[in-house]
Amino acid sequence: MTQIADDTLVIAGRHYRSRLLTGTGKFKDLEETRRATEAAEAEIVTVAIRRTNIGQDPAQPNLLDVLPPDRYTILPNTAGCYTADDAVRTLQLARELLDGHKLVKLEVLGDPRTLFPDVVQTLDAAERLVADGFEVMVYTSDDPLLARRLEQIGCVAIMPLAAPIGSGLGIQNRYNLLEIVENAKVPVLVDAGVGTASDAAIAMELGCDGVLMNTAIAGARDPVLMAHAMKLAIQAGRAAFRAGRIPRKRYASASSPIDGTIG
Amino acid sequence: MKITLNGEVHDIAEQSTLEHLLAANGFADKRVAVEINRQIIPRSVYREREIKAGDRIEIVHAIGGG
Repeated sequence: MTQIADDTLVIAGRHYRSRLLTGTGKFKDLEETRRATEAAEAEIVTVAIRRTNIGQDPAQPNLLDVLPPDRYTILPNTAGCYTADDAVRTLQLARELLDGHKLVKLEVLGDPRTLFPDVVQTLDAAERLVADGFEVMVYTSDDPLLARRLEQIGCVAIMPLAAPIGSGLGIQNRYNLLEIVENAKVPVLVDAGVGTASDAAIAMELGCDGVLMNTAIAGARDPVLMAHAMKLAIQAGRAAFRAGRIPRKRYASASSPIDGTIG
Repeated sequence: MKITLNGEVHDIAEQSTLEHLLAANGFADKRVAVEINRQIIPRSVYREREIKAGDRIEIVHAIGGG
């Protein structure tokens, strides 16, 4: 029998119990961010790197005060970057900010309407970051060939979208995701597009190693409760994947024995 | 002297170091990263790094993001 507890997510040689990675944007305040992150039981959280506000009260709490790097794996992202140059520069700043931290999330966007990844810029940035010693988790389209190329470059995790960022449309192309999962030797995590718990469960049932989400939690009416729901969905979907589902059939198959019926 | 700090022009005292500039803006013990003229400045040299007129300085930090 498969051991229920013995199932960790391994990224760049580090083991994680949680397969739910969360973003920290769009929450009402830092307290809600903290509570939702705890309810999700996330161990890896993404952050954005932005200019400080000059002249602002410096005493106000900082994100890394509520999500301390000694407790969480902080995953700096390149959200908002539209060129490889900007993405590389942002992550070099993040590395300095986080004392040499190497694990990063690369995303290079193509246009503001779809927020689809610009795959040409993404490949360029990934090559440069890997050469510079970064451990790159890469946001990409759900193209299996591109996923393979990013893995060949040396990315430590492939993170295809399920649907556009923030759309909540759920898993739009499960066969592409399945193809990516079956070919990959590094973890595959769905990043973007999840709307509700069943979407996350489907991703895990397909064999994805984890799901990264932000809007689905932060935008819910009750973000803390949704974080809890997502945690359960990820656990349920993962267990179902490991258990091996029954094949689909067109006709019924009785659950009770036929023998010994009365009459 | 004039410098550009996070995209805006600021007037600061001559012979300021990066450490002075960070302290004056409340970032003395904060987790930030600094770029001067697109070069990342390691924390270990904040004390001796002098700011020159016309420097383009970026001070960044981590905020919520997905």
